[in-house]
Amino acid sequence: MSDTTTILRPEHPVGIVGYGAYVPRYRLPAREVSRVWTGGYGGTPIKEKSVPGPDEDVVTMSIEAARNALARAALPDPALIRAVWVGSESHPYAVKPTSTIVAEAIGATPHTQAADWEFACKAGTEALQAAIGFIGSGMARYALAIGMDTAQARPGDALEYTAGAGGAAYLLGPAEESLAVFEGSFSYVTDTPDFWRRAYQHYPSHGGRFTGQPAYFKHITAAARGLMDALGTSPADYTYVVLHQPNAKFPKSAAKKLGFTPEQVKDGLLVNEIGNVYAGSSLIGLAAVLDEARPGDRLLLVSYGSGAGSDAFSLRVTEAIVERQGRAPLTREYVARRVEIDYATYVRFTGKLRK
Amino acid sequence: MNIPRNWRLQQQRYRLEGEVCEKCGARIFPARDICPECEAPAKTPLVFSGKGEVYSYTTVHTPPQGFEEFAPYILALIQLEEGPLITAQLTDVDADHVDIGMPVEMVTRKVQGGGAEGPIVYGYKFRPVLHATVHAAPHE
Repeated sequence: MSDTTTILRPEHPVGIVGYGAYVPRYRLPAREVSRVWTGGYGGTPIKEKSVPGPDEDVVTMSIEAARNALARAALPDPALIRAVWVGSESHPYAVKPTSTIVAEAIGATPHTQAADWEFACKAGTEALQAAIGFIGSGMARYALAIGMDTAQARPGDALEYTAGAGGAAYLLGPAEESLAVFEGSFSYVTDTPDFWRRAYQHYPSHGGRFTGQPAYFKHITAAARGLMDALGTSPADYTYVVLHQPNAKFPKSAAKKLGFTPEQVKDGLLVNEIGNVYAGSSLIGLAAVLDEARPGDRLLLVSYGSGAGSDAFSLRVTEAIVERQGRAPLTREYVARRVEIDYATYVRFTGKLRK
Repeated sequence: MNIPRNWRLQQQRYRLEGEVCEKCGARIFPARDICPECEAPAKTPLVFSGKGEVYSYTTVHTPPQGFEEFAPYILALIQLEEGPLITAQLTDVDADHVDIGMPVEMVTRKVQGGGAEGPIVYGYKFRPVLHATVHAAPHE
């Protein structure tokens, strides 16, 4: 095998020591968007999406997910965390890191790295990939990687049905302390203009159907196949597969194309109930799967970010998972905590309408 | 907007950091460096658990300047597990679902949005307890 197709694997084995999800409590049913913009005609890509409350943003949501990850890890001192990295495309400030606020709130400051990551919907797994390298090289014992979004969509656009809010935090550390160990990862990146947001614009633009085959499907399948080929694994070796989920159809059909069964997909598929939570999308799917996983299970995680690229990760669950699952709220508890709102409340909560 | 003031209070507001009196053991919030129980100097920081219950509450319909975007909101007196009684907003709950004695937990939320150009102020609010087993789990 040539060096260019070798999987990414650190010097020292690295794993997930703690994880935590977060989803706000408000839900906008897709039929509400349809009621306002299409007179109720036409299909809807999901059932409903999560909407942040007026006092929530990527900072507050990341803090709660991070606290859940720390509760599961039962770390003796948060000052041991040497990096706090937050991937998002909805950082509350254009200039001023989300990550310093999160680091301060969880007690990781001041001897830590802090940075915000951007790569559309794969900013979170980009941070995860970097954290593996940071720990695997011996530079740090623990690092926190977060993928979190309060996704924006232009009123009336197809994205408004799905652009949701939520994500997950991962505290990475040495494999021997981990509840799941990384077996390897692999990335696939090209310049593909499927979705973008120009500076000073509130809402993103996209290439419509171009976001499918040459964008989502090509990158997801190439990263997943590249990783499995290099590891010598096949879909049958995995208990669960979690793919980036922009709508209910794409991840199911990509998983099928790769050779996975609906049974392997279903536990990590949250898009129908919370929407596409962008940088948090694949990572919160992984959190839902970790809530259910048993020691020995193998998991495949593949993100997708427009622009475009995919990161694929293979994980093996350890004995430590059993006692840590219940130490913080389960992902499905957040999903079940549900208050339905109408379109008018949604436009107020998301700042589309101001006094 | 007073930048230095908000910055000085960050630990208190983000994490519920108060103090413990080394002489009589009283847990103090907010930090005041002199124990209100025994008047001894008390400067040892203590991060509170964030668990407590609603002592009393009201709904604010006419908010002071800086809080307009969140009105109407619920303001409560919270009796913290460690003793102190503090004032804070409730969040993620509707007023008709609040009861005196209701168990609550601390979350960090936006307290002031800062408009389009100002700094965002984050701080503690309380919400109904989400996950009962976390409560029961022993701290390791």
